Amino acid sequence: MRYLPLNDEDRADMLARIGVSHIDALFADIPKAKRLEQDLDLPSRKTEMEVERVLSRLAAKNVAAGSVPFFVGAGAYKHHVPATVDHLIQRSEFLTSYTPYQPEISQGTLQTIFEFQTQVAGLTSMDAANASMYDGSTATVEAVAMAHRITKRRKAILSGGLHPHYAEVVGTYSAMSGDAVVVLPPDLFAAENLAGVVGDETSCVVVQNPDFFGNLRDLSGAAATCHAKGALLIAVFTEVVSLGLVKPPGAMGADIVAGEGQSIGNRLNFGGPYVGLFATKSKYLRQMPGRLCGETVDASGRRGFVLTLSTREQHIRRDKATSNICTNSGLASLAFSIHLTLLGDAGLRRLARVNHANAVALADRLAAVKGVKVLNETFFNEFTIKIAGDAAEVVRRMAEQGVLGGVPVSRLLPDKGLDDLILAASTEINTDADRVIYTKTLQGNLSC
Amino acid sequence: MLMQQKFDPQAVGSEAPVAKTFTGNRGLETEEGLIFETGRPENTGVDLDEPLPFKHRLGSLERQEPAGLPGLSEPESMRHYVRLSRLNYAIDAGIYPLGSCTMKHNPRLNEAMARLPGFADIHPLQPQSTVQGALELIAELAHWLMVMTGMDAVAMSPRAGAHGEACGMMAIKAAIAAKGEDQARKIVLVPESAHGTNPASAAVAGFEVRTVPARPDGTLDPAEVMRRLGPDAAAIMLTNPNTCGLFEKDVVELAALVHEAGAYFYCDGANFNAIMGKTRPGDLGVDAMHINLHKTFSTPHGGGGPGAGPVVLSSRLAPFAPVPFLRRDKGGFHLVEHKSEAPDSFGRIAAFHGQMGMFVRAFAYMLSHGADGLRQAAEDAVLNANYVRACLKDLMSGPFGDRLCLHEVLFDETWLRPTGLTTVDFAKAMIDEGFHPMTIYFPLVVHGAMLIEPTESESKASLDLFIAALRDLALAAKRGETERFVGAPYLAPRRRLDETRAARNPILKWKKPGG
Repeated sequence: MRYLPLNDEDRADMLARIGVSHIDALFADIPKAKRLEQDLDLPSRKTEMEVERVLSRLAAKNVAAGSVPFFVGAGAYKHHVPATVDHLIQRSEFLTSYTPYQPEISQGTLQTIFEFQTQVAGLTSMDAANASMYDGSTATVEAVAMAHRITKRRKAILSGGLHPHYAEVVGTYSAMSGDAVVVLPPDLFAAENLAGVVGDETSCVVVQNPDFFGNLRDLSGAAATCHAKGALLIAVFTEVVSLGLVKPPGAMGADIVAGEGQSIGNRLNFGGPYVGLFATKSKYLRQMPGRLCGETVDASGRRGFVLTLSTREQHIRRDKATSNICTNSGLASLAFSIHLTLLGDAGLRRLARVNHANAVALADRLAAVKGVKVLNETFFNEFTIKIAGDAAEVVRRMAEQGVLGGVPVSRLLPDKGLDDLILAASTEINTDADRVIYTKTLQGNLSC
Repeated sequence: MLMQQKFDPQAVGSEAPVAKTFTGNRGLETEEGLIFETGRPENTGVDLDEPLPFKHRLGSLERQEPAGLPGLSEPESMRHYVRLSRLNYAIDAGIYPLGSCTMKHNPRLNEAMARLPGFADIHPLQPQSTVQGALELIAELAHWLMVMTGMDAVAMSPRAGAHGEACGMMAIKAAIAAKGEDQARKIVLVPESAHGTNPASAAVAGFEVRTVPARPDGTLDPAEVMRRLGPDAAAIMLTNPNTCGLFEKDVVELAALVHEAGAYFYCDGANFNAIMGKTRPGDLGVDAMHINLHKTFSTPHGGGGPGAGPVVLSSRLAPFAPVPFLRRDKGGFHLVEHKSEAPDSFGRIAAFHGQMGMFVRAFAYMLSHGADGLRQAAEDAVLNANYVRACLKDLMSGPFGDRLCLHEVLFDETWLRPTGLTTVDFAKAMIDEGFHPMTIYFPLVVHGAMLIEPTESESKASLDLFIAALRDLALAAKRGETERFVGAPYLAPRRRLDETRAARNPILKWKKPGG
């Protein structure tokens, strides 16, 4: 077997050194009746060529984003990732190293985490960011739990503009811990009144910007409402590129920011691995979940970096820890950081402008189609259209015709009477030709 | 060949006419500034044309404040990260014997397969008719996991081991609630040797944790467990093989006791690498167990993640599995994404459907090994750990006497005590010898624990060098050559770092000097 260096002679020598005659002697603690006497009922080993054949056949059954006009978003976005990013994250020293528990021989990873934390804090306009969470949805759960710890209250209010998966995940965790959650009804036009629902027992309000339906939201009012009642505002985003062009949560009074970072540096990967971004104010630092990297000096006085404030974490605090997270999204956060280093402020702003321009161009084209209504006043690179027809059926038919034309809202919010809505996203990857095909294909599938 | 002469840290590099270089660099080892010190916000390493003039739709919410992100050209970026990478140890460069972490070889075939556009460039919410190959792969991987573990179902969406633990405990909570016992059963028993995520995950699922001590041989005593199993017991969380590298030999009896008490058996599968193809958790009475794909099935650790933690479930827990899960009908594979289609499901634990990128890598790894190779990998991992044990046991002390282990061997600090040195000193001296240290100070039940997991990826020659170096260090420690240890590492990119200072005055991001 090509991955196993020992040969039978080695094995015999080693068994002799250990002082046993057969390998099974090393497994003697397994009750005899429970030992497998023969190999599992699974195929036997395959060559590299055979594995490539099997997996390439499976991959070929899927329609890849780059192969068709592609407008799918709703929390995961197809962006161009520079070749440099993927090359660098495949460096052995990044790809095959562990969590940096021995800082003297992990400064590469630690410095990149420190840079990542600084980038995320700058993007969100917050004081401090952690070394990453699994994804945006679980980062949101952690933010809610953190707000409960800070406020010593146990009721979260979730905006109707929050991604439905995120709301469901918060609901699951809260049901387990016995905390209360109020999920506001789907809020297509960013019109919900938070002042009416925030009370003295509210721990936090969770608002997404741009919201699930694509609307931009000024969070300042929500922040003021929360702070007047002693609650915290948690700002969520699922499209991090928007922060290149849209007012950051820290500038609108957010106390905790949780978001999805997939859009920068990471591919779609059918939903994972992604990278959760998490930031907060300095005063809440010690209630933060996840790893933190901090600056220090070594015995010779040289600058260096270490994991720090670990008394918050599970390996020290066990059931009293701020979170159970251990493994995070290390390599995905590195990809994020490298891509952002290539972009810089200037590059990110331009990338965000191109996204917005493409989405505006798409919205303008679609608005001119009979049977299509663009619902948004404001948006970044995604918006909601109302169509004459069943959205799921129309999107399915468009796929058969070679266009991946967005996400039917009913895929995430079934049984809500929202069956005629499609979320359409347009990033820098789309050309004007893509938009023409999209518009034409959509038009051809409408029932008017 | 090993240097056998007395170690003299002062002599290190003493042949060089320069003690200190102008740049701070030392040959190939280079000092690298932060991007914030070398880059400028107006620079960029990505070419993209400005859009033609258009009317924006941002309302009043256009960003005014700069994010302060420096941009670096492509060659500068390349150099920055390549230079940083060279400050890291890596499994590709040498043995990485971190106990409980299973740092095994990461085949590049798996990386190539995960990057096929048909896997890497598909969207989780595309019409399911356009991702049938992806769903088939998930179903196949699930099949392999169920066969290997002898379990009835598997939840694929947990994003890492700890997430899997929380998922398994939530399934248990839902099963208890379905019997109307959720107010009565709130206690989860966790052995004191458990990984910290176990109690933390039990707490996330809303349980209270009670600790169970181990007996002197490092395993759990059924009598101790029985004493704590009352009508308030919800579950036990048992790591098997445990964090001392030992198989819990009374596991069948423990499972029976737990079930008789009306509770559930959660198994932490972090150490499944030791037993795959040798025994099946389902046959041992396990109700739920997460599998770290980034340990046992070799998806790369990536400096801290990402991982994946699918949870296999017994028939008692299967109905409560989280959404989404797969169904196969005549039209192909279909994702059940909503509780409305699965009323007993305890709900959703993450957006979308799981760590597809990790699934592809793990499946490639499994296909490559096959049933025979997986068994052989487990055997070689256990053989390697016992070989290390056999070759070091005359110099280093084991907490449980001279006994066989599984995939990892545990030493303690007892043998070091007369020297005045500590486990951390010994570990740091290993760095100077070119090795990543073993896991230290875990499990917590052993004083100054040193947990060595070589994995099946090491050749005998690699182990022999590692063993010889550790023997040389152990003998030096016993001879009283304390300087070699207390000041170590001398030869790494950094000397020991001041962790107290980092925690006392946390600097978690770069700030402009004077800003």
